[in-house]
Amino acid sequence: MHLVLFIVFAVLCVAGALNLLLQRHPINSALSLIVVMSSLAVLYLLLGAEFLAAAQVIVYSGAIMVLFTFVIMLLNAGREERTHGSKLAYIAGFPGAAALLGLLTFIFISRRSSFGSARLGQYLVTTSDLSRVLFRDLLLPFEVTSVLILIAILGAVALARKEH
Amino acid sequence: MVPIAYYLVLSAILFSIGVAAFLIKRNIITVFMSIELMLNAVNLTFVAFSRQWSQVSGHLQVNGQIFVFFVMVVAAAEAAVGLAIIIAVFRARNTLNVDQVDLMKL
Repeated sequence: MHLVLFIVFAVLCVAGALNLLLQRHPINSALSLIVVMSSLAVLYLLLGAEFLAAAQVIVYSGAIMVLFTFVIMLLNAGREERTHGSKLAYIAGFPGAAALLGLLTFIFISRRSSFGSARLGQYLVTTSDLSRVLFRDLLLPFEVTSVLILIAILGAVALARKEH
Repeated sequence: MVPIAYYLVLSAILFSIGVAAFLIKRNIITVFMSIELMLNAVNLTFVAFSRQWSQVSGHLQVNGQIFVFFVMVVAAAEAAVGLAIIIAVFRARNTLNVDQVDLMKL
């Protein structure tokens, strides 16, 4: 059951990511990124991270992607023109990314037994477990992130404002 | 039962697709979206390793998930500022193509 769910949502993830890569129109890319993020939420649930699954749906596929689609519509972004990108990106970038993927896959698969395997329903991290650490041991970083968000809001308003 | 390694391989695949999209895409918004894809791939790695650490140590370890929480917060802030910058660039240049936005000054 766990393996079937994993395979279904992993395939959905990879298909959405490939669709992001292949589509020419930014709104199609944005919608396929929503598919990727929602399937990742299911994978988090399979790994026993229930708070993160909810936060992934609310923050990523909710708030951030709404912001993206809103900006795409606001700027009326059309299909991207085909231009020649940097040659270095094609010569060094793709073999580099493929080599990175091959190396990581080789390491992970060859050491598969030492990573162990996840059984559904074990080691479920509840919201109270997470918040106990977050509000007791990491209270200062948590408060600092609220300052960060405040600064980000001010920065976004200042940057996007029309100049007089 | 699913080996943790499968989750790690999946996140490696997602990260590589993100790198490739970052390199070929010419639209600045799509480039930004591929950065978000890479962030999500790394988040999956954090959650998978957090789970693995729980299994190795025998009791619940949540530090990996705390990392993911902070990455999400920073990504939300980054998306807001980044999209505001994209709007400002579009106002100044009237284009979203990264090849035409390669000078710092206007």
